[in-house]
Amino acid sequence: MYLALEDHIIAYLNKPTFTKEQLADMTERREKARRQERADNWDLVENGIHVKTGLKADPNLQLIIGSCTSCHSAKLITQNRATRQGWKNMIVWMQETQGLTDLGDREPKILDYLAKYYYPEEVGRRKNIDIEAIEWYILDLGEE
Amino acid sequence: MSIKRRRFIKESLLASIAVSLGTNIVYGKNIPEGLNLIGLDDASANQFPGKNSRLTVLNDRPINIETPAHLLNDALTPNELFFVRNNGLPPNDIDVDNWTLTITGESASKTKSYTIKELKSKFENVNYNLTLECGGNGRKEFNPPAKGNQWTTGAVGCAKWTGVRLRDVLKDVGIKSNAVYLGYYGADIHLSGAPDKKSISRGVPIAKANEEESMIAWAMNDENLPLLNGHPLRLVFGGYPASCSGKWLEKIVVRNKVHDGQKMLGSSYRTPCDPVAPGSKVKDEDMCIIENMPVKSLITSPKTGASIKLNQTLPIAGHAWTSKEEIKKVEYSIDFGISWQEATISESANRYAWQNFEAKVTFPERGYYEVWVRATDSENDTQPMLLPGWNPKGYLNNACHRIAVKIS
Repeated sequence: MYLALEDHIIAYLNKPTFTKEQLADMTERREKARRQERADNWDLVENGIHVKTGLKADPNLQLIIGSCTSCHSAKLITQNRATRQGWKNMIVWMQETQGLTDLGDREPKILDYLAKYYYPEEVGRRKNIDIEAIEWYILDLGEE
Repeated sequence: MSIKRRRFIKESLLASIAVSLGTNIVYGKNIPEGLNLIGLDDASANQFPGKNSRLTVLNDRPINIETPAHLLNDALTPNELFFVRNNGLPPNDIDVDNWTLTITGESASKTKSYTIKELKSKFENVNYNLTLECGGNGRKEFNPPAKGNQWTTGAVGCAKWTGVRLRDVLKDVGIKSNAVYLGYYGADIHLSGAPDKKSISRGVPIAKANEEESMIAWAMNDENLPLLNGHPLRLVFGGYPASCSGKWLEKIVVRNKVHDGQKMLGSSYRTPCDPVAPGSKVKDEDMCIIENMPVKSLITSPKTGASIKLNQTLPIAGHAWTSKEEIKKVEYSIDFGISWQEATISESANRYAWQNFEAKVTFPERGYYEVWVRATDSENDTQPMLLPGWNPKGYLNNACHRIAVKIS
């Protein structure tokens, strides 16, 4: 027997059954499932990001996906930052050590794309703690 | 939204919900469009075998996942929370009973193979708590940025490992006097799938291999190694970059020169022999292999972003580790490094085990604070507050860990 239920029914049902932590956990999972549904859509672009891969949307996106993600995750692109020369060096490294073949006339297009969206920013000797990314919470220290 | 995209829950849970509701539950065909129900089954949330879904995925091909600092609070890192740094793809169809480890190479007196059962029965079984940290842990902070997985703070963990001493096995095989280095080979598959290509084949100098704590391990925290951490057999070297501790271990070669396997050369796991300015181009011949990892520490409690009241005392806790004998001091600062207070530290279980620290912190007034922590080891090495020496691949960042705290 498998069934699906409405959210407000679940909320009602959950009330007597689950702790605050479990509810928070369920909310997190629901969000995760929604993200997953979106990520399963190959064509979906939101806020300039191709949801399936996390890559920046661009007329050359399919070229990037086809050239890079058969060997490694798109995350290896999106988490890195480099100048055009830096990205060129990575391609050379992949050709010398990882079996990447000559990219031919695709290479300048790929480098243009990478240098346009994944360039380094000057952050000095040490960046501030990323305040925007912090999820502030009240720390429960019990009775004092 | 189609019906197949809805989430479903298991019969047992529904039954208990139905009891509390006092009615039957509506069937799927009657449910309006666009509504979800999330089950409680954890399995669907886990993307990777044996790993907790709360770990941070940096890369899924190859799998590279790190542990957020607040999930590293345990004295020993649970297997499901231990970070994963894979260079290739884990092997398929692992046959533990017929798995063999072969010791060979130009400086081995002979070639000899052992099943895991033979290793267990022939040599003394030992346990050590050993910290493993990826050489690139903290890479994300380097500027100019370094290519590779952008580890923040979580490519580290400390587990209780069970296995045999590497030196006992090497002695049984016999090592020639000209031996200088060991290299490992594992059963992991190159990303390209090419059977003749190795993802990684690194190793350690003979002196490191002969240390008391250098192990061939089959268990982690009294369980079989997780698949992603090298099941069924791996090397474990505390104090060295974790990449030396080969996983899915099948073969060890005893070399008469520094091992020249995959990721021993070029900029891999090497830093400039002499310090360079940030962004410098460094020739291969001017790069030296990373050996000892630097002293480091991590605040694992509270999670960054804690907000407390002015009259409250904040307990902080974490770990500190070093490749030297032991940690002798851990200090924290709440005024951006102007003054430092000492935390209480635990004894080291053995060399290369991380040590726990704790302190109770009070704040003089309301506002935004950062808690910084730095450890000092038995050789008086400590941690910088800014990034340490820049290097092309962004290794060895041991800048002090920082968390943000608000006092209201």
